[in-house]
Amino acid sequence: MNFTLKIWRQKNVAAKGELIAYDVSGISPDSSFFEMLDTLNQKLIMTGGDPVAFDHDCREGICGTCSLYINGRPHGPVKGVTTCQLHMRSFVDGDTIHIEPWRAKAFPIIRDLVVDRSALDKIIQAGGYVSVNTGGVPDANTIPIPKEKSEAAMDAAACIGCGACVAACSNAAAMLFIGAKVSHLALLPQGRVEASKRVQKMVACVDTLGFGNCSNTYACEAECPKGISVVNIARMNREFIGAKLFSEKEKVVKVSF
Amino acid sequence: MTRLNARIPEGPVASKWSDYKSSCKLVNPSNKRKLDIIVVGTGLAGASAAASLGELGYKVKVFCYQDSPRRAHSIAAQGGINAAKNYPNDGDSAFRLFYDTIKGGDYRAREANVYRLAQVSNQIIDLCVAQGVPFAREYGGLLANRSFGGAQVSRTFYARGQTGQQLLLGAYSALSRQIALGNVTLFNRRDVLDTVLVDGKARGIITRNLVTGDIERHAAHAVVLASGGYGNVFFLSTNAMGSNVTPAWSAYKKGAMFANPCFTQIHPTCIPVHGDTQSKLTLMSESLRNDGRIWVPLKKKDVEKLRTQSIKPSDIPEEDRDYYLERRYPAFGNLVPRDVASRAAKERCDAGFGVGSTGVAVYLDFADAIKRKGHDTIDALYGNLFQMYEQIVAENPYETPMMIYPAVHYTMGGLWVDYELMTTIPGLFAIGECNFSDHGANRLGASALMQGLADGYFVLPYTIGNYLAAEIHTPRFDTGASEFTIAAQGVTDRLKKMKESAGKESVDSFHRRLGKIMWEYCGMARNDAGLTEALYQITELRHEYARGVRIPGGFDEYNPELEKACRVADFIELGELMVRDAQQRKESCGGHFREEYQTSEGEALRNDERFASVSAWEYKGREVAASLNREDLQFNEIKLSQRSYK
Amino acid sequence: MFLYSSITKKVLMALAGLFLVTFLSVHLGINLMLLKNDGGRLFTEAATFMGTNALIKVFEVVLFVGFLLHIIVGVLVSSQNKAARPSPYAVSNSSDTSLLSKYMFHTGVIVFLFLLLHFFDFYFIKIGLVAPPPGVAIHDFYSRTLLLFSTPWYSLLYIFCFIALGIHLNHAIQSAFQTLGWNHGKYMDAVKFLGSAYSLIITAGFTLVPICILFLKH
Repeated sequence: MNFTLKIWRQKNVAAKGELIAYDVSGISPDSSFFEMLDTLNQKLIMTGGDPVAFDHDCREGICGTCSLYINGRPHGPVKGVTTCQLHMRSFVDGDTIHIEPWRAKAFPIIRDLVVDRSALDKIIQAGGYVSVNTGGVPDANTIPIPKEKSEAAMDAAACIGCGACVAACSNAAAMLFIGAKVSHLALLPQGRVEASKRVQKMVACVDTLGFGNCSNTYACEAECPKGISVVNIARMNREFIGAKLFSEKEKVVKVSF
Repeated sequence: MTRLNARIPEGPVASKWSDYKSSCKLVNPSNKRKLDIIVVGTGLAGASAAASLGELGYKVKVFCYQDSPRRAHSIAAQGGINAAKNYPNDGDSAFRLFYDTIKGGDYRAREANVYRLAQVSNQIIDLCVAQGVPFAREYGGLLANRSFGGAQVSRTFYARGQTGQQLLLGAYSALSRQIALGNVTLFNRRDVLDTVLVDGKARGIITRNLVTGDIERHAAHAVVLASGGYGNVFFLSTNAMGSNVTPAWSAYKKGAMFANPCFTQIHPTCIPVHGDTQSKLTLMSESLRNDGRIWVPLKKKDVEKLRTQSIKPSDIPEEDRDYYLERRYPAFGNLVPRDVASRAAKERCDAGFGVGSTGVAVYLDFADAIKRKGHDTIDALYGNLFQMYEQIVAENPYETPMMIYPAVHYTMGGLWVDYELMTTIPGLFAIGECNFSDHGANRLGASALMQGLADGYFVLPYTIGNYLAAEIHTPRFDTGASEFTIAAQGVTDRLKKMKESAGKESVDSFHRRLGKIMWEYCGMARNDAGLTEALYQITELRHEYARGVRIPGGFDEYNPELEKACRVADFIELGELMVRDAQQRKESCGGHFREEYQTSEGEALRNDERFASVSAWEYKGREVAASLNREDLQFNEIKLSQRSYK
Repeated sequence: MFLYSSITKKVLMALAGLFLVTFLSVHLGINLMLLKNDGGRLFTEAATFMGTNALIKVFEVVLFVGFLLHIIVGVLVSSQNKAARPSPYAVSNSSDTSLLSKYMFHTGVIVFLFLLLHFFDFYFIKIGLVAPPPGVAIHDFYSRTLLLFSTPWYSLLYIFCFIALGIHLNHAIQSAFQTLGWNHGKYMDAVKFLGSAYSLIITAGFTLVPICILFLKH
């Protein structure tokens, strides 16, 4: 198969970028999208060109590193897959394929198609955990959890943190990402304990990072490679409203030894 | 040759660990604050260690090459994690888990370490549940277990087909909490290129900032390597593209011994190679073998017809199919351990019965299971795996059998560590897949996650304290010290020299060539002549690489080709060591199959007289062969026997 | 206002919006009285009630606050959203989602402009800011309406604005439920259906008046 690629090239965060056209030929339909880009890069290296930088790692759809915006859609035209699981048979021979990086103020470009998604780590650091230390926890079967709750938590926990939701959102909002984490932990008794604190801290954090607001267009859900539902955003909103209205105020208790 | 001492505590195996814990030295909380620890890698072992050490009060710096710690390749583990909880009441115990692991590893792992692993396994499950890991549950709300990888008890805990992901996200969340509290500092997008020794002790590392290209120095009182395995030496493997041996290899070159490098695991159920541009292989969970039946045609003419696509696999009648695992191993059938299943597939394909367009694949057929259990049950069990397969291969496994072939998956070898997980360099620890200690010559399914988390959460936090207790008077280090300057200069010079070679061949092309040599001669079956040939070819490749690799781009910028160049240079050197190790181990055991040493039925033939030991290699210099040391393995609890799955 | 978190802002918008949605049905009810062939008696009665009742006067203030809140927060949120993606994609997003939901700001602006026009035509006359057209008494909304709708371009503009409002509402109602956390697999489809039905009724009901006046000229 032959393709014309229009790829966003940008030296670094400060440089001006542009779309550059490349031709690739003789691509097997069984090749993955990245193997097609590998072929292009090998050609560029051998002809003294500058290979295209793109983020990728596990190439089996779970690490969440890959992040290409292909023909107007994060992770390309196939629903429910990451870029690395996209195969060239999903395109038509002779197609022109536009490849851009995720675009959001919160995701500055590092080079070409590589962006910095540390903002997502910061959101988790703000509260995406259960505050337990190693050791001293009860036996795993002490607290039974209804299967359907545990399954719903798993649905939310399947998030791979790729940021496709942000890339797809017309407002570059991260609400599906944070909603998924808030939901995952709020659905489990272990996470309930600090649920109201968590949602407030995480929402407060996301507001400082340059993401937009949710306007419920649900492009995030449509593009999430793991099919995470916007029901999780609603659950987060519910948690947030409840926390703001009804949570206990924390008292500072001074203890002297 | 030195006989290595693993410093295993005295006493009965069941009480070694508790005795150790009650007698090891402790560090006062106010002193922990003054002690710095570097952790390299944020997979299950690295993230859990960094989080736990941060919780204890040490000042931790954690490094990963990925953009986020959550992306470490532990995330890709599918099947599950073992623990001796005995929740299903089917007779499991710490001793049984220990026994199965030692036997599964073909008696080449250290008893004391494995027993400890089995003992702490239960605590892992408790902790993960407390962290909010959504393990599968029964309708009563309690945890579900499944039998995995041929185990006779159901001791595997799982979270759909994404157990590794969920466990890693648990460790990552604990790590994130410590980062927020300021106990751990994260350095992402960093390659660790050298280990710095001061007065013979590990005191720091040299890193390259992958975004800016800066060569950075980091000092600490102890260094923990959790940098994973080296399966990418084969180019095609189920490892992530960035998985590399470089941190461990730099430590090896600084004096840490490398143990059993030839012990690699070839996983039987991967999606077969499709062509020359293939960049990586995808694993299909081993759980598929619970219901799938593996077969190839019995007749050569059917093989031909399949290749020309004049018949479909379903056209071949039952009597013309060779369910070779069921035929050879009636007791375990399709559930024989990974090494056995992989070799059997290779044997059939080598004999010319392989299917698919390349002839290197076998069928994994669900037709019977669908008939017996119904489409919906199979869908509930394996739906996501079937989808993944269809996405990659564009064939529907409900209609036509899956095609699978073995692929490199895990490396049992790694840095030699003692009972305390310390390498032969004082103050340098190695945990998780990066070390060699717990899986012997073959790893059982669902054991890697268990080992990574055991090391990080429950073992290292104790043993590192025992080392650091003597370091409380050592002030924080200045990275301006001459040792750091020399090491940093060494890294800069190495990169410069590599870049100057201005050759004609790309890094990937060299890597592919290395992979072909390793797969051909040091893969599923090895023999002396082949290994000699491999040694010759790798040496050639190494010289060619030094003068012929082409690296575009600059030093002071984001340059993935330069990153890869360092990694591949180390893989080439490691490949050589693997071949040497495979050559000296004149026996077959686990994943290491030497064709000269097999039973009349083609099974692995161990030589316990000579090789019930760990081979630990010591670096002697660039052009000098590494020297071999041994640690003798003592088996007091378990009687060595021929592994039989018939 | 900048201090409020994104969710708080959205919740304020949703609450104000839902209030405005209920107001619309009251307004529609009164408008439909125009269609009664009684020379505007019923309509004028209702209009007088709305203009004089003390409770309604209080609600008028609430209504204004609701409008202001919804508009101010809407503008603020939209400007933040715009800033969150400073450099746009070369190929605009083609994700599989409701197309019209992306134009909430645009339809909102149309509705806002209509609101201004509406104020000039009625409210400002009522409170004496603007003089009524010659031949129409200050409180004679009936004649005023008939006069306006007998101008075809005005009626067309009116219809256009209410189609925009319908599009706005179609997304807004289920969106408000989502924002307030009332999204659940059990009833979200019903919410979406009722929201669409309601917005259709509002658009149809309001546009019925000019259509009748234009075509039937009763």
